Amino acid sequence: MEIFDGFWIQLILKLVVALVIILTGALVVIYAELKIGSHMQTRIGPYYAGGKWGWAQPLADGLKFLQKEDLAPDGADRTVYGFAPYVVLMSTLAIFAVIPMGPDLVAADLDVGVYYVLAISSISVLGVLMAGWSSANKYSLIGGLRAAGQLIAYELPLVLAVVAVVIQASTMSLSGIVEAQNQTLFTIGGFDVALPYVLQGQIVSFAIFMIAAVAELSRIPFDMPIAESELTMGYLTEYSGIRFTMFFLGEYASMVGLSAIAATLFLGGYSVPGLTGVSANLGGPIVLLIKVALLVFVIIWIRWTWPRLREDQLQHLAWRWLIPLALANIAVIAIFKVVF
Amino acid sequence: MSDNGSYDGDNGSYDKKVRFPFLGLVKGMGVTFKALFTKAPVTMYPQVQEVPVPRARGVISLDVDNCTVCMLCARECPDWCIYIEGHKEEQPPSKPGGRPRARATLDRFDIDYSLCMYCGICVEVCPFDALHWSPEYEYSEEGVSDLLHNKEKLTEWLATVPDPPALES
Repeated sequence: MEIFDGFWIQLILKLVVALVIILTGALVVIYAELKIGSHMQTRIGPYYAGGKWGWAQPLADGLKFLQKEDLAPDGADRTVYGFAPYVVLMSTLAIFAVIPMGPDLVAADLDVGVYYVLAISSISVLGVLMAGWSSANKYSLIGGLRAAGQLIAYELPLVLAVVAVVIQASTMSLSGIVEAQNQTLFTIGGFDVALPYVLQGQIVSFAIFMIAAVAELSRIPFDMPIAESELTMGYLTEYSGIRFTMFFLGEYASMVGLSAIAATLFLGGYSVPGLTGVSANLGGPIVLLIKVALLVFVIIWIRWTWPRLREDQLQHLAWRWLIPLALANIAVIAIFKVVF
Repeated sequence: MSDNGSYDGDNGSYDKKVRFPFLGLVKGMGVTFKALFTKAPVTMYPQVQEVPVPRARGVISLDVDNCTVCMLCARECPDWCIYIEGHKEEQPPSKPGGRPRARATLDRFDIDYSLCMYCGICVEVCPFDALHWSPEYEYSEEGVSDLLHNKEKLTEWLATVPDPPALES
């Protein structure tokens, strides 16, 4: 096909496919949250939209948001205010570029994939701060600053938890980390057993990573930046219409993104024992999807069970518990790496 | 966090001694997980009618024949949602040669259900049992003014009033 050979055509096609997949994923997660949340509260949740089980509820919500007026407060810094949601969404979408979905299925196999992921996912807080500052609203400003404080506190345990994995895998490439988890550890009765890192002594790193990831997502129990009872909606207070939708989709897409990273780093990513060669390329995305779905479920489950941490408790947890624990964890992992 | 001790819901006691850190959080996860696979006790209302208990406070009905236009209900009503008007009619003497009697007749008896707060004081206070609770609840309207139920409408509800509970022998 000649028409598909051009660079720009290919680029646009790739972008459209990636966007559709990621945003569909976000919609599915929104639906899962609505349904799982309501059933955990002995409710039924969306029921009529789309005919059966209310499957079209996120679509209907999205359409409703699109119809709403795109308001901006009088004193708002309109340029910054307008750009903020795109910064958040962009940083979220950029995560997916380096996530390996199969041995050959990776958009950009960076040698410093881990570094890239951590750097690009931190940009979203810039968008949050932009939104908080430019809204000309006290709630927004406090929410944005809380988000920044929370990110600084929880970025550290997140990075330190990943450092432990990087030490064990001796590589910063995400594909390399998955490959390292796919190596045969020992053989039982002719079966080559490869274990994901979470079963190779990285359980503490995994726990720290998941706690920090939930905090980065500003989800319950770490949702002080948008705590409704005191800040209305935090940095989202003044947003409506399509820009609010951007934030909303970005939140759920980054939930999928961070879960995918956690699955890649700790749960063996696309690899599953017995899946090699071509079948790994075909089945890899499905395996990864199952692992991501599992982690997303846990995040949703936590949200509908636990209460919110107070701001000081939230900071205590990060600085007094998670960071020392992560440092000790790194030391232990490094010693094991050197000894064995 | 752990400084505050744990609340033991089963014993209703607040003990300072932490037996196992985060046990409450794990228990909570168990509760929500169980709820996830339990059928939600929801009546799908428009398709399935909920059956209220017989003495439910759905709507107040009026027995016009019992009403003496004494205005007690209208005066006791905390938010003044009952409107009563009446006049006196001359009744012919019951025996020949007797004195003609004046009898209070009800002209208007309206309850504004957009104001009513379902306290039931009017039903309690009525000395002649003219007001009764009915368990009917489907009388929502598109406009607020349509929630003003007049004498005829209130009388219609009378058919839905359940029989009073049997007397204790």
